[in-house]
Amino acid sequence: MKWSGESAGLVPRSCWQQLKCMIKIEKLEMAGISKSFHGIPANRDIDLTVSSGEILGLLGENGAGKTTLMNILYGLYQPDSGEIIINGRAVRISSPLESISLGIGMVHQHFMLVDNHTVAENIALGYKKTPFLFPQKKIETDIVAFSRKFNLEIDPLKKIWQLSAGEQQRVEIIKALFNGADLLILDEPTSVLTPQEARDLFRVLRDMKKAGHLIILISHKLDEIMALCDRVTVLQKGRIVGHAHTAAMDKKTLARMMVGRDVIFDIQREKMPPSDRVLQVTGLTVNSDKGYPAVKEVSFDIYKNEIFGIAGVSGNGQRELVEAITGLRQVAAGKISVNDRDITNRSPRKIYDSGVSHVPEERIKFGIAPGLYVYENAILKQHHLRKYSKNSLLAYGNIKSHAKKLVDAFQVLAPSINVQTKDLSGGNIQKLILGREISHDPVLLVASHPTYGLDVGATEYLRKQLLKQRMAGGAVLLVSEDLEEIFELCDRIAVLFQGEFMGILKSDDPRTADIGLMMAGSLRLPAAGVAG
Amino acid sequence: MIPSINITDREKITTADKVWALAFSIVAGLFFIGLIFLAFGVNPVFAIAKIFTGSFGSMYGIKETVTKAIPLILIGVGLAIAFRAKFWNIGAESQLLMGAIFGTWVGLNWGPHLPAPVIVPLMFFAGFVGGAFWGLIPAFLKIKFAINEVISTLMMNYICAEFLTFLIVGPWKGKTKFGFPYTDDLPASATLGLIPGSRIHYATLILALLTVAVLGMVIYKTRFGYEVRVIGENPEAARYAGIDFFKTTLIIMAISGGVAGFAGVGEVAGLHHYLSYPDSISSGYGFTAIIVAWLAKLNPFFVIIASIFFAGILVGGDAIQISLGLPAATVEIFNGTLLVFLIMGDYFLKHKVRFVAEPRTGHQTTKPLKTG
Repeated sequence: MKWSGESAGLVPRSCWQQLKCMIKIEKLEMAGISKSFHGIPANRDIDLTVSSGEILGLLGENGAGKTTLMNILYGLYQPDSGEIIINGRAVRISSPLESISLGIGMVHQHFMLVDNHTVAENIALGYKKTPFLFPQKKIETDIVAFSRKFNLEIDPLKKIWQLSAGEQQRVEIIKALFNGADLLILDEPTSVLTPQEARDLFRVLRDMKKAGHLIILISHKLDEIMALCDRVTVLQKGRIVGHAHTAAMDKKTLARMMVGRDVIFDIQREKMPPSDRVLQVTGLTVNSDKGYPAVKEVSFDIYKNEIFGIAGVSGNGQRELVEAITGLRQVAAGKISVNDRDITNRSPRKIYDSGVSHVPEERIKFGIAPGLYVYENAILKQHHLRKYSKNSLLAYGNIKSHAKKLVDAFQVLAPSINVQTKDLSGGNIQKLILGREISHDPVLLVASHPTYGLDVGATEYLRKQLLKQRMAGGAVLLVSEDLEEIFELCDRIAVLFQGEFMGILKSDDPRTADIGLMMAGSLRLPAAGVAG
Repeated sequence: MIPSINITDREKITTADKVWALAFSIVAGLFFIGLIFLAFGVNPVFAIAKIFTGSFGSMYGIKETVTKAIPLILIGVGLAIAFRAKFWNIGAESQLLMGAIFGTWVGLNWGPHLPAPVIVPLMFFAGFVGGAFWGLIPAFLKIKFAINEVISTLMMNYICAEFLTFLIVGPWKGKTKFGFPYTDDLPASATLGLIPGSRIHYATLILALLTVAVLGMVIYKTRFGYEVRVIGENPEAARYAGIDFFKTTLIIMAISGGVAGFAGVGEVAGLHHYLSYPDSISSGYGFTAIIVAWLAKLNPFFVIIASIFFAGILVGGDAIQISLGLPAATVEIFNGTLLVFLIMGDYFLKHKVRFVAEPRTGHQTTKPLKTG
């Protein structure tokens, strides 16, 4: 029984008995898709194919272009060039509504559900076939019957906030299927699941595959891709690096494709002699906002004259680790000390006064007060120091001269220090923040994705500044997703995956060639990881 | 082609733009109010002119305007500081009343025994304590229980109004008042002197101007004021910068409530000389002051100008009610309409709104939601 795109809706009862229903999309192709944002290319000439009864993995680091590509498929963006071809016919998808009516559904990494509503109400949202009178009963019965088909146990009357992450994800999947999705796109689906829930999800996906659905799985976890996907497409910096059948592939090759570089670099850093320890972290466990551990019993030290890098895909605990060290988040267990002074769970101000500076991940959200003037932001964390506020009166003379010095020393391009900080470009805001943090003469500088979103000039400048800190006896903790940056700057590298260090290596250790495997969770080095 | 609305942030806003927006809002607001007058069968030009001549066109008008401006200045500057920290204090009306209650208690009980130079400062101090106390309760609720301050401060208004009514009908009913629900008169030493020939209680006026100077200095020149401004600009950055949100919020609300309390004492000790129903003590000053603070862009010095402007509207509104027979709610219509137009003007100042035709082709550049 075939039906047109408009009547996307319930699967007729006769179909439920058969395992394989008539699926509308037999084959979907993306041909030559390119997309740029403000001149920066996110996708370059991408070709991709997925067929009915197949699970395709989309593998790549953050920033590789996977989510952009899928957002194009889902109708959230329009490609600059290229075509989407369904069953041999080119289609234009100009909105998610059209995408849904064509049979494409997407389960995003961050669920789009209404917490205060029930499962049934969420699924009914946007569903075309709700009857006019008494829709609840019909939808509830349909949901129960539908969920039995794929063994997706769900209670339609429960409210979303009462459900676990795995159950919420099931609601998203059912919602997509209810709206007639043949192709289901899942963006990093196991990032919020427990191992058991992940196993259940895989079972569901395999059943769907057998029923003829097409599935695209976006992931950076090699084990998942190898276990679940029939084929995999690897993206790197917006381009396709290769396609492969997972059966014919080994993890090492895949990892190298994902990371895509020969890992022996020209190290232009001078070797620095071993020095005093500055930061000691022991057995650190930090919980995420949702309550479960994002950082699991992590231990490491950082020394003077060193840049220590934490590599890894975003979302594996980096944010929570940095927040614990800088005092913005409570620590569940473990100890952090700076110069042998315990700073665990101290206030951000006390930690700052102990010599820990922080260049935050989201510069506008955390690093500045956008409406205040440049000179006011120049002293943002230091405003309580005596030199800037005598007897609680601000010493504007000192403040402004400090701001001027900062702006000159760090090449912050601003019309004057009397303009609102939000009028500066992103790169200049970041230079201002970096200058402010470095001028504090910190014992430890924590830099979190410092060059994210910056142009080449600002990036180079910031990296040079970090190296300068290192030469001058400072210690830097650099968290970055940019492997090029990690290798260029760091003396030692730790790879963070799901809250644990997969390995801590000196940057000239040949095992860094496997960094891709470590980032993807497929390799864990023995705990005799190198110190100093 | 179906047009859709495209709203973007305006990137450059000059001072000239701000002045234009303000002027345009007021003119547009007056125009709309003129239409309302027409609907009542009143000549709009005449009516609007009468409002301004009523308040600024005669000595009597000016004196009344200044009298009404006093509480507006006090409350306005207190709200300016609260709003700067994005603490939406809608309870200034009851902070005023609570100040009046505390001040009256001191005046009635200690007044007869103390000379004027002692009792008057004591009353103002008591008023500050009363207002601060009433303002700290919702601040505490917000800090401890994340209770939305818009709702809690608003509800406090009702609680206080009922409490005051209870007092004047019950335990505080005056023995000399023939059973009317007023307290006894304050003793002479506890009343405030007036500028001869007017109702301007100059002690409160001086206090108001002093408060403006002090709070102005606090906001712009002290570390505390800096922290308040950072919290208002970006609470996340404030936390990152080690600013103590709790302590700062409590201090702000103590100040905001306290200066409203000053205004309450001023009204009772200066004008009425006894405590009475909430409506007769404060004719909505706590709410009008919100518009005043907003119009003054939360700048304490501009609060003075904005207060005089709104006091003028209050007085002028009375004038046209009397001479043109318009209903008593006219002034409130005026205030409300002006506020709406001011907000609209501010919105158009900060955002560019354009109607664009739906593009034919699928080529759009949009800001990336997230890369990768």
